[in-house]
Amino acid sequence: MPHLFLPFLFVLLAPFLIPGPATAADVTVAAAANFTEAINRLAPDFERRTGHRLVTSFGATGKLYAQIKNGAPFDVLLAADAAYPRRLEAERLTVSGTRFIYATGRLVLWSARAGVVDKDGAILRKGDFAHLAVANPTTAPYGAAAVQVMRRLGVEERLRPRLVQGENITQAFQFVRSGNALLGFVAWAQVRALPAAQVGSYWLVPVELYAPLHQEAVLLKRAADAPAARAFIDYLRSPPARSIIEELGYTTPR
Amino acid sequence: MSEADWLAVWLTIKLAAVTTAVLLLVGTPIAWWIARTRSWLKQPVAAFVALPLVLPPTVLGFYLLLFLGPNGPGGWLTQTLALGTLPFTFAGLVIGSVIYSLPFVVQPIYNAFEAVGERPLEVAATLRASPWNRFFTVALPLARPGLLTATVLGFAHTVGEFGVVLMIGGAIPGKTKVLSVAIYDHVEALEYVHAHALSAGMVVFAFLVLLVLFMINRRWEPLR
Amino acid sequence: MSKIEVSLQTALGGFALDAVFTAPSRGITALFGPSGSGKTSVLRCVAGLVRAPRGKVCIDGECWQDESRRHFVPAHRRAIGYVFQEASLFAHLSVRDNLEYGLNRTPAKERRIEFGQAVEWLGLKALLPRGSQHLSGGERQRVAIARALLSSPRLLLLDEPLSGLDDAAKADIVPYLERLHRELSIPALYVSHAAEEVARLCDYMVLMENGAVRAHGALGAMLTRLDLPLARSDTASAVIDATVVERDDAFQLTYLEFNGGRLAAIGDTAPMGAKARFRVHARDVSVALVRPERTSAQNVLAAQIEEIAEDAPGRVVVRLRVGDTILLARITRKSASDLGLKNGMPVYAQIKSVALLR
Repeated sequence: MPHLFLPFLFVLLAPFLIPGPATAADVTVAAAANFTEAINRLAPDFERRTGHRLVTSFGATGKLYAQIKNGAPFDVLLAADAAYPRRLEAERLTVSGTRFIYATGRLVLWSARAGVVDKDGAILRKGDFAHLAVANPTTAPYGAAAVQVMRRLGVEERLRPRLVQGENITQAFQFVRSGNALLGFVAWAQVRALPAAQVGSYWLVPVELYAPLHQEAVLLKRAADAPAARAFIDYLRSPPARSIIEELGYTTPR
Repeated sequence: MSEADWLAVWLTIKLAAVTTAVLLLVGTPIAWWIARTRSWLKQPVAAFVALPLVLPPTVLGFYLLLFLGPNGPGGWLTQTLALGTLPFTFAGLVIGSVIYSLPFVVQPIYNAFEAVGERPLEVAATLRASPWNRFFTVALPLARPGLLTATVLGFAHTVGEFGVVLMIGGAIPGKTKVLSVAIYDHVEALEYVHAHALSAGMVVFAFLVLLVLFMINRRWEPLR
Repeated sequence: MSKIEVSLQTALGGFALDAVFTAPSRGITALFGPSGSGKTSVLRCVAGLVRAPRGKVCIDGECWQDESRRHFVPAHRRAIGYVFQEASLFAHLSVRDNLEYGLNRTPAKERRIEFGQAVEWLGLKALLPRGSQHLSGGERQRVAIARALLSSPRLLLLDEPLSGLDDAAKADIVPYLERLHRELSIPALYVSHAAEEVARLCDYMVLMENGAVRAHGALGAMLTRLDLPLARSDTASAVIDATVVERDDAFQLTYLEFNGGRLAAIGDTAPMGAKARFRVHARDVSVALVRPERTSAQNVLAAQIEEIAEDAPGRVVVRLRVGDTILLARITRKSASDLGLKNGMPVYAQIKSVALLR
């Protein structure tokens, strides 16, 4: 009685048998961890506008870079800095002419407690605290920026014994948020994402004190002929995407 | 290898040694209790001790960070005792490592106590040995293979520990930046040569530890 | 007050123990009964390894447990020596260290047995430096016995010390136990389910069944009570404690005296004047109404019938008093009927010398 089961079989296989809209495709994106919240907001908007689907892997940029070099199937890299995309470009792993700044991060000195961080960061010069959290300066752009700020303010020596390093900016943020470090240099986007009651106190570090935290995106070689991936790159530069990104505490190029 | 790397090696050995000592002091009574008790709490306690086997180390580390932090109960306790808070300190790493490696120490000691059984202790009791005396002169010596295994495993597991230390250490050179974190940082910074040197050292170390372990087990087989 | 008083009531995992007896605090008292009758439980309670919820254990008036006043002395504060079924030597210690374990924990003024003495008694000199792992079963049990003795116990507790051994090892160790029995003044409780062992080594018997004490009394009486299973079993036997008085080297016989007369036994059983115990199977004793003449049996003893009981179809067992000693004779019911045997009748008991078992 095989014919009795045939309809069921068809139902089970239907998703594979019926082709989707000819133009819709998946875009695989490798994104820096600090951009997680932004992607969460951008993805539905992008999918609604284009019909494509966004598949995202988050991680430390260095790790993503290593994965790409070893053949990871990503179409687009959204790095936390400019160095890794340039490196990939030099190694001819990208589609030339597709690299651009999609967001510029801002560094903030933040404490989970109100009234700790003053409006010009004087606490760095005089304050008494046990631990100051930073991201690993050799691997994380926000960590490197934090070190530049301390150097410019002439407090590097004073603060060195109090530094605790997070492996990445997320961990540095956790150190501060859990109260284990009284304050720390984190991403402005992270503080912006907090509910108002948890914002504590912060000093938005003036941009003159550190090299700009440009985050660059690039189209990877494997997506050279993928219209969906190009559509995502174009979308990132569009006004609706930019306004979502800016809302989260990044700036975008004029 | 750089001076910082040697510092990390030395710190790792120190951490593993202190942790192992604490583990033996803490783990032996726990293993003894689990092996002896007839309480209904036996299984729950055994399961609790085994938890670090299941939990991802970073999860464990994150909970420890919250628990030992100024807003956590552990942090409240240490602050009340005027000890400050423990994350980012060597003592904090020791606590994290002890919890993380506890099952690796309790399990072999527990097995050894089970293998010793009730009888030798009863014999000792009839030979006028008090309970403490029985523990030290009969139970512990007879459990020696298990204690050795526990020592080696506890030490080795602490050396190889990464996630917990990463979460509560803060990678302070000479204080909390241990070997595994140093290797990770090197890899992240694409300093593969340094990473290779340290990693190769660890592989050799791990091999030697396991070799010693298997030799101990062979040496003591007649007792089993 | 020279007695061992035991009264224990407990229910351990579905097994109810209700054991009450007193035994003399000298000589060896057998705790005898089938497996699972509660013998070992009694021993463990007496040792203090287990605390019976209701119980009293006293020796010569000193109580180790008296739950009526919530008094309980833990095992390590009781002057006991315990020999387990398996020798249970400390595997991490040498023979010497095993022996010294209890000795070193015995206060000097309580020590009554010297190291050298125990080593000599149990023939351990050559074994001292050895590891406890490398001994035969019999050697291990000898070490365990010496170890128990060296803690200078007031009461020795032996839990089937021979049952784990093969026949050769048993034969090796029994003479040591007999020697201890003769030379040592320490009372002992000896758990066993082997009648032969008990008949050979013990003086008093506590008979246990299903967790309770069925009867207790002097060994000779217990072996020969017709209301108890021992006298009705196929291996029913009595014991005769006698003294060596004469040797006949020409016929290789030894003559012994006991309070019911004189016996001849084969072989060189013991030195002159020494005490010797013989076991006499009921099936090796026959009964005659007149003193038999011209019989091959060397031993003919004047006796009086105390009791007759049918123990199996066609078979009776006769309890005979010979002086203060009781013997059993197993004969056919027809013989008993032909001879008209009745309680109180004077008769003669015949025992073949070859049937006297040491």
